Amino acid sequence: MLEEQIRRKLRQKPLLLMTHIVIGYPSFRESWALARGMVEAGVDLMELQIPFSEPMADGPVILAANQKALEAGATVSKCFDFARELAAQVPIPLLFMSYYNIPFKYGVRQFAVDAKRAGVCGAIVPDLPPEEAPEYLAAMRAQDLDPVLLFAPNTPEERMRTIAAQGSGLLYCVARKGVTGQKTDFSQDLSGYLGRARRASSLPLALGFGLKERSDVEFVRGKADVAVVGSESLRVLNESGLRATLDFIRSLTGAAPASGL
Amino acid sequence: MQTFEELISAFEDAKRDPTFWAEYLRLVSSYSGRPTPLTFANSLTKHFGGAQIYVKREDLNHTGSHKANNVLGQGLLVQRMGKRRVIAETGAGQHGVATATMAAKFGFECTIYMGEVDVQRQRSNVFWMQRLGATVVPVRDGSRTLKDAINEAFRDWVTNMDTTHYVLGTACGPHPFPEMVRYFQAIVGQEARVQILDQAGQLPRRVYACVGGGSNALGIFNAFLDDPTELVGAEAGGAGLETGRHAARLASSDASVGIAQGYKTYFLQNQDGQMRETHSVAAGLDYVGVSPILAQLKESGRVRFEAATDREVVDALALTARKEGLIPALESAHAFAQAFKEVGGLPATDAVIINQSGRGDKDIFTVADAFNDAEWKEFIRSKARGYDA
Repeated sequence: MLEEQIRRKLRQKPLLLMTHIVIGYPSFRESWALARGMVEAGVDLMELQIPFSEPMADGPVILAANQKALEAGATVSKCFDFARELAAQVPIPLLFMSYYNIPFKYGVRQFAVDAKRAGVCGAIVPDLPPEEAPEYLAAMRAQDLDPVLLFAPNTPEERMRTIAAQGSGLLYCVARKGVTGQKTDFSQDLSGYLGRARRASSLPLALGFGLKERSDVEFVRGKADVAVVGSESLRVLNESGLRATLDFIRSLTGAAPASGL
Repeated sequence: MQTFEELISAFEDAKRDPTFWAEYLRLVSSYSGRPTPLTFANSLTKHFGGAQIYVKREDLNHTGSHKANNVLGQGLLVQRMGKRRVIAETGAGQHGVATATMAAKFGFECTIYMGEVDVQRQRSNVFWMQRLGATVVPVRDGSRTLKDAINEAFRDWVTNMDTTHYVLGTACGPHPFPEMVRYFQAIVGQEARVQILDQAGQLPRRVYACVGGGSNALGIFNAFLDDPTELVGAEAGGAGLETGRHAARLASSDASVGIAQGYKTYFLQNQDGQMRETHSVAAGLDYVGVSPILAQLKESGRVRFEAATDREVVDALALTARKEGLIPALESAHAFAQAFKEVGGLPATDAVIINQSGRGDKDIFTVADAFNDAEWKEFIRSKARGYDA
């Protein structure tokens, strides 16, 4: 299970890095190269976003990537194929990320069965309050998959406990109000928020939304277990291409530049 | 979640407080001209030779549509919650203008999200929103229409929830919006029911309303739910249901149940759950989802849903203008078009109500194009030449 894999890695280093790709963006071939490159650059976990036409929690960069992936012909079935091929070749835990209409239309039980078969560890569904989704949570658990749930900075501790009791794998702490990709001020005090999260659950904590550079990742060390970098790598990809994106990822993981680059 | 709980509790408190409804009634009468009349359409009735046609005149609200009813109610809630900024989505621009008007009156900061396609087709409403002090943000994502404006308004709201209230304009989205919008729009049906009993001496055989998100339809239907009156919702048939280019969620078999934009209803979506492009001559009906309350009323069989095509709607608008001197909005003209297909078959002793949810002068560019009006085109050309000179 995801939690044990994270704990095992945390015995080797204090902070893990989770990155994010949108499957099929800019094309299936390029998102494949990006995902493989990220693994070689030393990322510890990866979110594979199944594109959706109404990605309400995403800011402009990931929103545009969702739309372009759909225009380029991404379907849910092709996303499952992509995940299966990737999981067969890389050693790190992979998580699906999408919006609830995708598993809902697919059928939550079948979604969980096919996700298990594809080899992912779980899924992040940001628009789903856990109390609205008993079937989904049960379907995921029945396949030994982790439904990753989210905390927001204004989630009261009592509600955190309720949420934590229904999720597994890790808890995704959204660093600030808003959508992905906007700047987060990491000089602000997140310790009260993350302290509440620690008290509410023993699950590993991931912190995401607005991490853009190495200093942001370093800020997370000692406060959470996993730093999540999403929009920024897509922004670098859009502006400077694959090689620059992987250099950026290596600057976060501290991995040596790949030979020949 | 915290923001929703704050809104739910403000709304529940207001409903329990009798002074709130009294304040609401004072506001809508002194500022928006309520009650709006119920007009007997004598010439249309003669023309079709069937049931007596009555028109509920929501076009006579301040800002020209029923949208004012909901916006003024939510404005009072914003005051109670002590927030200083409001945001809204708009399709045709009617809800945007109503929200900008309310914000100007109450002294709130205001931002309106509007799909770029709708900015193009409803430019005059953009102009007025800006004059009223609102910032209008054209939304360039997705299909660049109402659904994309709603997504963008939600993104703003989750970022600025401490200071900002989202004045959702229709009976869609997460709880408590569907119930809350119906609550404020219910005044339409409350008045209409009293008025038809007074004027026709009977309950209506049928009530017709257009359905985009569903706010005007729920507003007028609500008072008749327990009556023997048949309720008919007219959706956007666009280029025709058979073409697939339409926005008929409940009148066609093209929609299926989904969960998006914070609620569960029938959406026009593909097999994967990706939302489809919709089409309608009326921007305010051009939307992939529909009120979950209306979806329930469809499933229980209480409301019948039909679709009127763009062509039928433009014809209905032309006939209504010529026969009655009424210019319905293109959205409202869907209700007229559907009624016109049916009233001839009803006995003259029956009465029907058509909800004229808004006035049509905002649609002058679209309607002029639909009529291919040569003199209007020449006017626009000469006006443009004037700017270039």
